[in-house]
Amino acid sequence: MSFLTLSNIQKSFGPVQVVKDFDMAIEKGEFVSFLGPSGCGKTTVLRMIAGFETPTGGTITVAGRDQTSLKPNQRNIGMVFQAYALFPNMNVAENVAFGLKVAGKPKAEIDARVKEMLGLIHLGHLAERYPYQMSGGQQQRVALARALAPKPQVLLLDEPLSALDAKIRVSLREEIRQIQQQLGITTVFVTHDQEEALSISDRIVVMNAGRADQIGTPAEIYNRPSTRFVANFVGTLNLIDAKVIDPGENRIAIGDQGVTLREPVAPAKAGDTISLALRPEAGSIAPDAKGETALTGEVVSSNFLGSVIRTRMKVGESVISFDMFNSPGLVPPAVGETVTLRFTAGDLLIIRD
Amino acid sequence: MKSSRLLAWIAIAIGALYFIVPLIGTFEFSLRMRRGEYSFDAYQSVFSDLQFRATFGYSMLMGFLTIIFGMLLVVPTAYWVRLRLPQLRPVVEFLTLLPLVIPAIVIVFGYLRLYNSSSWLPLTNSTNGTNLLLMFSYMTLSLPYMYRAVDTAMRAIDVATLTEAAESLGAKWPTIMFRCIFPNVMSGVLSGAFITFAIVMGEFTMAALLNRPAFGPYLQLVGANKAYEPSALAIIAFAITWLSIGLLQLVSRFQKTAPAKA
Repeated sequence: MSFLTLSNIQKSFGPVQVVKDFDMAIEKGEFVSFLGPSGCGKTTVLRMIAGFETPTGGTITVAGRDQTSLKPNQRNIGMVFQAYALFPNMNVAENVAFGLKVAGKPKAEIDARVKEMLGLIHLGHLAERYPYQMSGGQQQRVALARALAPKPQVLLLDEPLSALDAKIRVSLREEIRQIQQQLGITTVFVTHDQEEALSISDRIVVMNAGRADQIGTPAEIYNRPSTRFVANFVGTLNLIDAKVIDPGENRIAIGDQGVTLREPVAPAKAGDTISLALRPEAGSIAPDAKGETALTGEVVSSNFLGSVIRTRMKVGESVISFDMFNSPGLVPPAVGETVTLRFTAGDLLIIRD
Repeated sequence: MKSSRLLAWIAIAIGALYFIVPLIGTFEFSLRMRRGEYSFDAYQSVFSDLQFRATFGYSMLMGFLTIIFGMLLVVPTAYWVRLRLPQLRPVVEFLTLLPLVIPAIVIVFGYLRLYNSSSWLPLTNSTNGTNLLLMFSYMTLSLPYMYRAVDTAMRAIDVATLTEAAESLGAKWPTIMFRCIFPNVMSGVLSGAFITFAIVMGEFTMAALLNRPAFGPYLQLVGANKAYEPSALAIIAFAITWLSIGLLQLVSRFQKTAPAKA
């Protein structure tokens, strides 16, 4: 039986339904990320798990216990907020001790736990500092320690890295993942940053307009997006229109170039137009490039992006982007040049939605 | 020096003269009680007057009570409006501004009409009842300042997120209110408290019409019957106000909510 279960969750604010029939089962110790654009309902779902919003319909259970109607202070769920939300009148140690004091723990136990938590986030030397004397990254680590101190059943992270600069964001997300694995705590992480979600999650829920469009491991979400939205939202993707030539042989045409797909084209019929997805990193134009499939086109632009050079070429009516790893001797193709992009047929995915 | 800068300095000098010269004149006059030489006789006379001590003590007590009850009314109201009823904010702001628009004499006549000895709540029937009514009058008068001071302090600390953080850690309402919210809006509460105290110490209309022995009516009485003591009292009243403002400045420096470093 799953540890945290969301069954048929719905939420409306007045006439606007922001979460629709949301189902999710999370295992104990799992790290699950809710990924989606602003307004997709991911934070609302998180706030319903925390108890700050009441679902219009559906149930939320933790360890088999129905929590749907419990108040936030009865749920034993830790939460880390985007804006840190440390109590400004308390120093670091007092902030971390707050939940333990509220629970009426003995002083010796509180002191030991605070020390342990500050050790976990490597801020033991800043125990006497006040929030305003600390950087954003330090404050967020304290907020994490404070949420973990009362040993919650579930840890909720509401875009905890959004307010931090890029470098700290990367180091802190690795630290969060390491602490989560060390403690084995069930964690739900909300983010709109696909890189964050892909790098630290066991599973990702890609949300769109109040629904879970796809739930899967980071590799599944990235390599096999099940909807056009997921394909568009996660990573950079070429969406290519193709015409079905022979459904029995899975033969399609991009422009005037025929390609045989690995995936069955059915139920599309001959003459139908289907959407295909191709990652920019899937192919190569190098003379020794491998792959049984090839597309030839004219280069329309070539952009230097640091580690890669992204080139766009026109094939029929579609423009396809592909990446080449940068190296000192690499000469990018010139605009107007005709190039052949090679890739494996399995890299072309059919988007069915 | 540029001419605009010179003009600014002239404006400041005129303004300063406008405020300081009468004050210096009043102070100088208050020292002239003894014929032919400067002395603090007027101050001695004021401080030795039993009525001064009684009215000053009464107004101080009323000031403290007004602050305590005002805090208990305003802090939870401002908190609740900010957290749960933001749509009511314009209404509450309008209500709290009314005492600035409606003259004190109108308010006190309203009170006398509502709470006189033949009304459904005859507060003026007893001394304690009238004292209570006067305290509520002071609370009304100080409402615009108290509410704004507390509301501004709450704006500086994201009340909603702090409340949610405390709730997620298992805290209930009294803990959230007194350990997480109150200490963080204390500078605002104290700012409001000092302004309230200054208002109560100098207020005349409410106390005179409710016939209570407050400092305001005493100032008027002395002013009407004596020569030098009113000037000494005016200086004392100024000193109280400045002390309140000084404390307000001091308190606002103790706030621990400076912005986080990047």
